[in-house]
Amino acid sequence: MDIHEHQAKEILKSFGVPVPRGGLAYSPEQAAYRARELGGNAWVVKAQIHSGGRGEVGGVKVCKSEQEVADFARGLLGRQLVTKQTDANGKGVFRLWVEEASDIAQELYLGFVLDRKTERIMIVASGHGGMEIEDLAEEDPDSLVRSVVDPAVGLALYQARELGFRLGLEPKQVDQFSTFLRACYRAYRDLDAMMVEINPLVITGSGDLVALDAKMSFDSNALYKHPAIASLRDPSQEDPREATAYDNGLAYVGLDGDIGCIINGAGLAMASMDMIQLAGGQPANFLDIGGGASPERVCQAFRTVLSDQNVSVILVNIFAGINRCDWIAKGVIQAYKEVGIDLPVVVRLSGTNVEEGQKIIRESGLPIISADTLEEAAEKAVAARPQSAAA
Amino acid sequence: MAILIDENTKVVVQGLSGRIGQFHAQEMIEYGTKVVAGVTPGKGGTTVLNRPVFNTVREAVEATGAEASLLFVPPAFAADAMMEAADAGIKTAVCVTDGIPAQDMMRVKRFLRRYPRERKMRLIGPNCAGIISPGKGFMGIMPPHIYMPGRVGIVGRSGTLGYEAASQMKSLGIGISSSIGIGGDPINGSSFKDILELFENDPETDAIMMIGEIGGPQEAEAAAYVRDHMTKPVAAYIAGLAAPKGRQMGHAGAIISAFGESAQEKVEILSSAGITVAPNPSAMGRTMAEVLGMKAAA
Repeated sequence: MDIHEHQAKEILKSFGVPVPRGGLAYSPEQAAYRARELGGNAWVVKAQIHSGGRGEVGGVKVCKSEQEVADFARGLLGRQLVTKQTDANGKGVFRLWVEEASDIAQELYLGFVLDRKTERIMIVASGHGGMEIEDLAEEDPDSLVRSVVDPAVGLALYQARELGFRLGLEPKQVDQFSTFLRACYRAYRDLDAMMVEINPLVITGSGDLVALDAKMSFDSNALYKHPAIASLRDPSQEDPREATAYDNGLAYVGLDGDIGCIINGAGLAMASMDMIQLAGGQPANFLDIGGGASPERVCQAFRTVLSDQNVSVILVNIFAGINRCDWIAKGVIQAYKEVGIDLPVVVRLSGTNVEEGQKIIRESGLPIISADTLEEAAEKAVAARPQSAAA
Repeated sequence: MAILIDENTKVVVQGLSGRIGQFHAQEMIEYGTKVVAGVTPGKGGTTVLNRPVFNTVREAVEATGAEASLLFVPPAFAADAMMEAADAGIKTAVCVTDGIPAQDMMRVKRFLRRYPRERKMRLIGPNCAGIISPGKGFMGIMPPHIYMPGRVGIVGRSGTLGYEAASQMKSLGIGISSSIGIGGDPINGSSFKDILELFENDPETDAIMMIGEIGGPQEAEAAAYVRDHMTKPVAAYIAGLAAPKGRQMGHAGAIISAFGESAQEKVEILSSAGITVAPNPSAMGRTMAEVLGMKAAA
């Protein structure tokens, strides 16, 4: 789960990470008021969206007067910002962060990630901040320094120090850097984060370290431990189809095609998408109904898939282990009754209680297209598309 | 003798008293698996499915000599239950639970390293369908009847795709020695390489079907192992050719976040290591048939 920059900064600050002073604004008036409240003569106004690359598309500006702050805020609030990290719709700007301008002498990169190779938290840093890590890795890989943390010990002071010296910091800054790093690490560990990124981490003219930007994302499997973090979820930054599916406990990812998918198991769902593509169609979504799906959950899956206007065919592909084909079949029939389906539906059932499931489908009298294999199911789904959609 | 489980493996079920645990333990018993006990803290002294239930794994191991454990424990308690199994001397643990926090798993993996090699527990999963040696026994949630006994090993992240592979092979008359689900989480107990190593050393396995997906470095690691150390032929399928970058596809670990993690890149890595990659998920059985045919011809 992603959160906003201002939320990440507040969290990190509570762990002892130095961040610039700032305030949140939902209107141009409030933005100007924040500037006045902060004092000084220059402020940075930053669009709060769940995406990086905001600066390049006009989402961040240094303003020299309260009027300029208000004007910039007026132009930005309510807009959809399309960055290179968002899709073509972009993300809506509904809040701004107004911050005191910092005196920047040098920019560093600092990231904490869960490294899947070592299965531990890895720190990645570079003396060249401000660039995206992907670009850094490509253009200046030698500038990257890394350190892996032993979970039984935590981030050792020597590791932090070593990173600081390898970045070429002054001894006084290395001490600050060590404290900075250990605060970020504690936030990562204590809150079950998946990513903490400070880019740039700046060294100011007076030689102090400040987190000029901050990004955090959290392990959604661990949110039950951290209700305060869970409450930071912002549905305005999510695909509305995905937000609804999430609320209904379904793993759903919206895609661009027209064949709606209801599958059990993430692997089979991905494989079905691959098969649809090979058969000449495009999947409208990824959807895993999970294990032990009740008829109600199947019905809910139909609602979710049908909330996408582009869907012209539905493919149900189930290989039941922990699931039961008879429950799935009942769910399909219930969906016809409750949701009202006027699109072609292809159903392939296999595994636990398959005979009962197929019998229920057969005897329902509904115009359900049956398939025996994954290949047949994908081909029938592609063939069942209305001519207009296929053209 | 297949790998990890056979007809003599004594299995304890952590979470036997729960609805899901009981349902699947019943299936395992009907299949002939030696389920000897259950563990549910606070339910010690009761019986479920005519098996004694203990409060701790240690008591269950001492009373029954169990060497394997299957975990149906909710996500919040699963990491603790895995460590309990390791400390009680369980040799092989299979964790079905989905939704365990990644950092909990990080700590479990660190914990397992405190034991010397000969006493270290092998963990399979979490977020997996389990393991089966057809005709001998199984630990997990798979429908056992889709597996025909034979000499091909299956290792995969996805449970359902493992079923798909087994049933495609069955329809072509190809049987399975053991099928191992390693699970869809970013941090898992055993990697593809770990399981390939077991199959390589199993006299009852002739060839292996490996089912990978987008995300993570384990397929590439396995490819290097196959190239450098394996004598048995390996076929593979990688799911997620149609998956966009940076989006999590159901499994917590199924997300393309680094170079070499897309399905296309993994297919290239595997192919260049001499692995025969099935062009689509419906061709897993056919591809294995070709691999076996090629071997017979050689």
